[in-house]
Amino acid sequence: MIGLLGKKLGETRVYDAKGTLVPVTVVLVGPNRVIQCRTEEVDGYRAVQLGFDDQKEHRMTKAAMGHLRKHNAVPVKRIREFRDFSLDVKPGDVIGASIFAVGDYVDGIGVTKGRGFEGVMKRWDFRGGDASHGSKGWRRRTGAIGQRLFPGTVRRGIKMPGHMGQVRRTVQNLEIIQVRAEENILLIRGGIPGSKGDYVVIRESKKNPKKEATAKA
Amino acid sequence: MSQSIFEKIESEQYRKEPAVFAVGDTVKVHTRVIEGEKERIQVFAGIVIGRRGHGINSTFTVRRISYGEGVERVFPVHSPRVEKVVVDRQGSVRRAKLTYLRQRIGKSATAVKEKETRRRK
Repeated sequence: MIGLLGKKLGETRVYDAKGTLVPVTVVLVGPNRVIQCRTEEVDGYRAVQLGFDDQKEHRMTKAAMGHLRKHNAVPVKRIREFRDFSLDVKPGDVIGASIFAVGDYVDGIGVTKGRGFEGVMKRWDFRGGDASHGSKGWRRRTGAIGQRLFPGTVRRGIKMPGHMGQVRRTVQNLEIIQVRAEENILLIRGGIPGSKGDYVVIRESKKNPKKEATAKA
Repeated sequence: MSQSIFEKIESEQYRKEPAVFAVGDTVKVHTRVIEGEKERIQVFAGIVIGRRGHGINSTFTVRRISYGEGVERVFPVHSPRVEKVVVDRQGSVRRAKLTYLRQRIGKSATAVKEKETRRRK
């Protein structure tokens, strides 16, 4: 498995070799600094800890700074571990967009835009009521949520209005359209959860992994 | 910062020599058509009845009468599949969108638009 921390810059469209317009998400994925390598012997599992988005030291918490100092790492805003990293890296390395290639498949993980308290039509795609034909006061409502005296209670998990969005979501199997190594930018087909400037995780697709990478690991 | 990256990504895709034409022009649009292995050029001739969008998203609409039936095609301005746009006649129109042509029927009244008035400078 390989992955990177990144920042979503926005979405646009590009032409591919055939001349088809492809919708892409532009993600800044570097520099990612390798902070620590966790090993079977010491930690009981194999992982690589990456840091992204450099930060001023006085803005860091002492706890985080202590950890980074221990590994002689620069202050960063985001730290995340990737299990069973299939690239051979050591602490102090800087990796970026070039670990992916055009045509690879990745999963994009982000926090969806918060929608606030939303009704049942937007949140759960309920049909609502008629807009016309004498409809009055029953246009966006939920409808019935149960039966009668028996069972006398509302079933658990019934879909109702409530808070929508701002949850971590993964979009699987997104194709890499362009790798701009010198700018550390990936163009990835389709959308990735989150608004512009949000932190995202780009990792090798779980269901469609890189062939040579799995062979090596 | 990120805005300039978008401009860079998008401007890389702009056609090298911009196609120069205006709404009301009678044009021939040379499009690349890929049929199996072969690639050939297909020409769509008609009147430009509108342009829309900015940058990479800009498109233009060409209308023609084909076998008595009005046909409109929308082309992205910067698409590599649009080989070139040849202006046959320049039109002089007072509108940005020539939707009124859709209502017109008959021969010259429709297909041939306002006459070419070459402004001499």
